[in-house]
Amino acid sequence: MRPLILVLVVLASLAAACSNDPSEPEILRLATTTSTNDSGLLDAIISDFEDEFNARVDVVAVGTGQAIELGKAGDADVILVHSRAREDAFVADGHGTARYDVMYNDFVTVGPVDDPAAVAGTALASDAFTAVASTESTFASRGDDSGTHSKEISIWESAGIAPDPNSSWYKSLGQGMGATLNYSNEAGAYTLSDRGTFLSQGESLPGLGVMVGGASIDENVDPALLNPYGVIPVNPDKGNINSELADDFAVWITSAETQEKIGDYGLDTFGQPLFYPDSEAWGSR
Amino acid sequence: MQTLRRAFADALELLWSMDSALLEIVGLTLQVTLVALTIALLLGIPIGAAIGLARRLPGRAFLVPLIYTGMGLPPVVVGLFTYLLLSNQGPIGGLGWLFTPAGMIMAQTIIAFPLVLGLTMAAVQSVDPDLPIQMRALGATRRQVALTTLVESRIGVTAAVVAAYGSIISEVGAVMLVGGNIEGETRVLTTAIVLETRKGNFALALALGIILLGLAFLTNLVFHRLQVRQGGP
Repeated sequence: MRPLILVLVVLASLAAACSNDPSEPEILRLATTTSTNDSGLLDAIISDFEDEFNARVDVVAVGTGQAIELGKAGDADVILVHSRAREDAFVADGHGTARYDVMYNDFVTVGPVDDPAAVAGTALASDAFTAVASTESTFASRGDDSGTHSKEISIWESAGIAPDPNSSWYKSLGQGMGATLNYSNEAGAYTLSDRGTFLSQGESLPGLGVMVGGASIDENVDPALLNPYGVIPVNPDKGNINSELADDFAVWITSAETQEKIGDYGLDTFGQPLFYPDSEAWGSR
Repeated sequence: MQTLRRAFADALELLWSMDSALLEIVGLTLQVTLVALTIALLLGIPIGAAIGLARRLPGRAFLVPLIYTGMGLPPVVVGLFTYLLLSNQGPIGGLGWLFTPAGMIMAQTIIAFPLVLGLTMAAVQSVDPDLPIQMRALGATRRQVALTTLVESRIGVTAAVVAAYGSIISEVGAVMLVGGNIEGETRVLTTAIVLETRKGNFALALALGIILLGLAFLTNLVFHRLQVRQGGP
């Protein structure tokens, strides 16, 4: 029996050693989309904020739908999302104090390199979607109520098509961007992706290429594919909201200094930024 | 509190409406779980009984801890492993099982097998060690010894079945990775719950959770009746 107790004691003291934290930083709960997290942007910039404000940022990376719900329920102090209409509604309904522009990037339509729907180089996503539907080529939808999913639905609407999730070619995955891209790569499917996640995952997606949107945002001529991100501190009325730190975060992420870091992120790895700074402070620097 | 109350109302309404999408999800959940469980039982019970009886098996000191570790395999790691096996670039990608129920069954079988194996082995070992010796002395064949020991340890073996069933019907990591949570094709209750939670439809997610628990309870009721009939607790 004694060896067993010894093992348990060693394991327990290991666990205690790991959880021992001398300083007590303030905690900021940030609800954001999978795209800001999967692209690696937050990891690259957030430690600056933590150092400057002696804070620890708990990042909850979910779909825009859930991020907004977390804010509504008061389970997040600040949200960073990309679905403009829902963001404005969130503020108008009194769930958030104000919305600030943070950055933008763009969506691209990606698809299998053998391109069965022959859409490579199409200028407008809605035309490409029409071709995918008429050739019944496999299309993978996020299907998770995320900002990207909302955008996909609006493109189908502008193409005048209502795809049926039970049809053989339209696959509604209900998963994050990374998983949806992996699926598309394996199954030879078209999908709508934010450029950042597609670029950052590029090496593991040998079967996929950009069909609509070109090699960089400058080549993207479809205005419907623009993807703006906003930050919204949650209304302190909800109680238990770290409002001060949330405001600090909004000011920090829109400051010219952080904006420059956002604009630089990805330059060395991908030869182009994954996100383009867009805040008021950045515009008037 | 409001969310909880709404969830229960939603769950009842969902069940009442017999929504066809829901029935499809429940049907696939049962199909994947039960097929995986059956394969795991067909492999795990005989091998578990054999190891349990072979008390002087060479390498046993290594094998038994290995099986116990397998009983705690993280489903998401099993999912990843199965994904890599079944991927286009993987060794058995040619099967075309990725993102299909067959792939999900494969992953869940890998999760359930060590559980059945380990618990059957433990159940067989808990039978009086003199029993096999006496039976052999009375001229029983190896097969007869194994069968009788299994019958003697049936309560423990039923516990193995229940544990394996519970672990795979409630498992989400592996079926999400390997199945892909495709609507109408590979979406099961657990992946639907993750999806609805992510969408912020907490009430619907909880309603699906209640249905999952109900399903597990009903099945366990059946298992328990079998156990009682065998003279168990």
